Amino acid sequence: MNPHPDLTVGVIHGLGWLYLLLFFLNIGWSVRSFKVDGQFEDILGFKHIPKAFLWAGYSALLLLVALVHFAVQSATSAEDFVLRLPEFIKNPADSVIANPISFFCLSIVIYIAIIVLRKTWVKPTVSWILFNLSVLFISVSMTDYDFRRIVGKPDNVPIVGMLFLVGFTTWLFFVKANENDKRLAEGRPVREKELSDQVLVWPDLVYTEMICMILITALLIVWGVALQAPLEEPASAVKTPNPSKAPWYFLGLQEMLVYFDPWMAGVVLPSVILVGLMAIPYIDFNTKGNGYYTFNERPFAITTFLFGFMPLWTGMIVLGTFIRGPNWNMFGLYEYWDSHKLEVLNNVNLSDYFWLTFLELPLPKPDPETSFVSQASSILLREWTGILVILFYLFAIPPLLAVTIFKKFFVKMGFVRFMVLANLFLFMASLPLKMVLRWVFNLKYIVSIPEWVFNI
Amino acid sequence: MSVTEYIRKSQIWRSIFRHPAPYDRRNRAVVILTNFFLHLHPVSAKKGGIALSYTWCMGGITFFLFLVETLTGVLLMFYYRPTLEWAFTDIRALRDVNTLGIMREIHRWGAHAMVITVWLHMYRVFLTGSYKPPREFNWVIGVLLLVLTLLLSFTGYLLPWDQLAIWAITVGSNMARATPFLGHEGPGFQLLNVGGFDLITNASDARFLLLGARTVGEETLNRFYILHCVAIPIVVSGLIAVHFWRVRKDGGISQPL
Repeated sequence: MNPHPDLTVGVIHGLGWLYLLLFFLNIGWSVRSFKVDGQFEDILGFKHIPKAFLWAGYSALLLLVALVHFAVQSATSAEDFVLRLPEFIKNPADSVIANPISFFCLSIVIYIAIIVLRKTWVKPTVSWILFNLSVLFISVSMTDYDFRRIVGKPDNVPIVGMLFLVGFTTWLFFVKANENDKRLAEGRPVREKELSDQVLVWPDLVYTEMICMILITALLIVWGVALQAPLEEPASAVKTPNPSKAPWYFLGLQEMLVYFDPWMAGVVLPSVILVGLMAIPYIDFNTKGNGYYTFNERPFAITTFLFGFMPLWTGMIVLGTFIRGPNWNMFGLYEYWDSHKLEVLNNVNLSDYFWLTFLELPLPKPDPETSFVSQASSILLREWTGILVILFYLFAIPPLLAVTIFKKFFVKMGFVRFMVLANLFLFMASLPLKMVLRWVFNLKYIVSIPEWVFNI
Repeated sequence: MSVTEYIRKSQIWRSIFRHPAPYDRRNRAVVILTNFFLHLHPVSAKKGGIALSYTWCMGGITFFLFLVETLTGVLLMFYYRPTLEWAFTDIRALRDVNTLGIMREIHRWGAHAMVITVWLHMYRVFLTGSYKPPREFNWVIGVLLLVLTLLLSFTGYLLPWDQLAIWAITVGSNMARATPFLGHEGPGFQLLNVGGFDLITNASDARFLLLGARTVGEETLNRFYILHCVAIPIVVSGLIAVHFWRVRKDGGISQPL
């Protein structure tokens, strides 16, 4: 018996229920489509075919697929089951996901598409197709043992739910923002303004709250019965698990450790994130878009926030949870977590590039026997390129931005606000910049002073 | 006279609810004003402001989850002893022996859900521009509540005292070693010394303050238990009260001016 079977009877039946659920959802969608979507004029000579028939046909297919799953009864027929993710897809998919460059490029592409194609992807039919694709992606992937092991971990299930919720709320935002943007362009009041008549909180709000509370309670009970909370071996200070992961909501910070030293990734950058979040109301001088959904009235604020929220925060949680495996190597979603997987790491400091490669001289070495001043000057001599880069980044770029592309911002915001904004912006950009430098130049540290535990 | 009517007219009922049933406009206002739990709300609100598609109900759900966590947490405290000897066995007993052991599942999933709903609440507040004047400072309080929610979840993560728990906390707290000046592996810690002796060592730095020891041990368990069950919930409760009070004082749920 294969101890890690891709498919078992239990898994197949579980997937059957998932397809059945999707079938019912699509029956509902077919009904909606029949009412609103209209007809094809002419298909192969057939006139006036309702578009809903396509959805009904797709639903019937889903029902058939579900029944095929339920028909499987024995372990041998489970092993030979045909509806599974083919092997020839797994490897290419893994090599895209398990590579930091393609992973981040992919997440950036998705982020840009969400914003640029905001009028298209939120259309009912398009977004319904996207939803179906994402459910099908998960159900087909579930036929892989390694995917199931990582996604089905009890603590990881909420993250899958979170991804769907983030997708749904983003969809809802763009639906409402698109409508309001259209109204504003036509000079009409936003939708929220039309709903400005006062209603009594009892019953209009109190009942909503009550229903929410009941639904959440029911959800928690069902979730608690269906999925046991994890409990591993008793704690042991000598058996270090590989990989050792922080709780899932801190995995974005743990991921930053790949690119920054702990004092930056674990202390400075989180502090800057929090200060930056608190500073938002004081640096956003745009008075429009207060109390209603809009994109066009505040494109800069929303694009920036979405960049922090989607590729950086959510994307890195996904990366840290599902893709980082033993030795913090990256593994594809369908890949076995092999603790012997080797990844060549040959990272070089900027000072090495300057002295060894460019000048072809040995690195200046501080002599521990000499005075502090002579040691410090030797270190500064060694690292002057990196220090200059950092000083330029923090102190020269903000004024440069102020007189060039962000001139309007600077004029409106004044000196202090603008400098705060620019520095927060630069800190946020420092992560992707360091990533690109790592990928392109194998750059380890821009400034590397191990003597003072000071590496950037 | 029907039974409900009889109950409603009894002295006991009228001593608790000092107004008739909220069947007409006047009493629907009175019920909000005179009920302690409902007086969090205004009597009336703009239709667009309380629409589910506008608020996503995420703030309300977060608060409700906080209540669920408090209730299940108190129940769990009856069964759990934060010591090396008992912590793990008590949690295992909740799973294997105790009838109401599902409280642990609800507590854990509720905690994950709360982290997610706090983010989504923040996401909604950002996207509707609700942090703009006059609500700037309430946003700041909200960010503090976000941090405290994460800390609540983080401190609770240790309590089952299994491999998952101690190593997650070890990894999560290792970064405190590198705090500038205050961590014994952070830049500049050498500057804090008196007569050649370092003030910041692995027994006096920021990580030690967090863990109560050099590594995650019984002192940490005790420290995190108190933070998780007493200290942070008290602070969170206070901040929630301020957060809600300010929502009301700043003009209720944000709406176009």
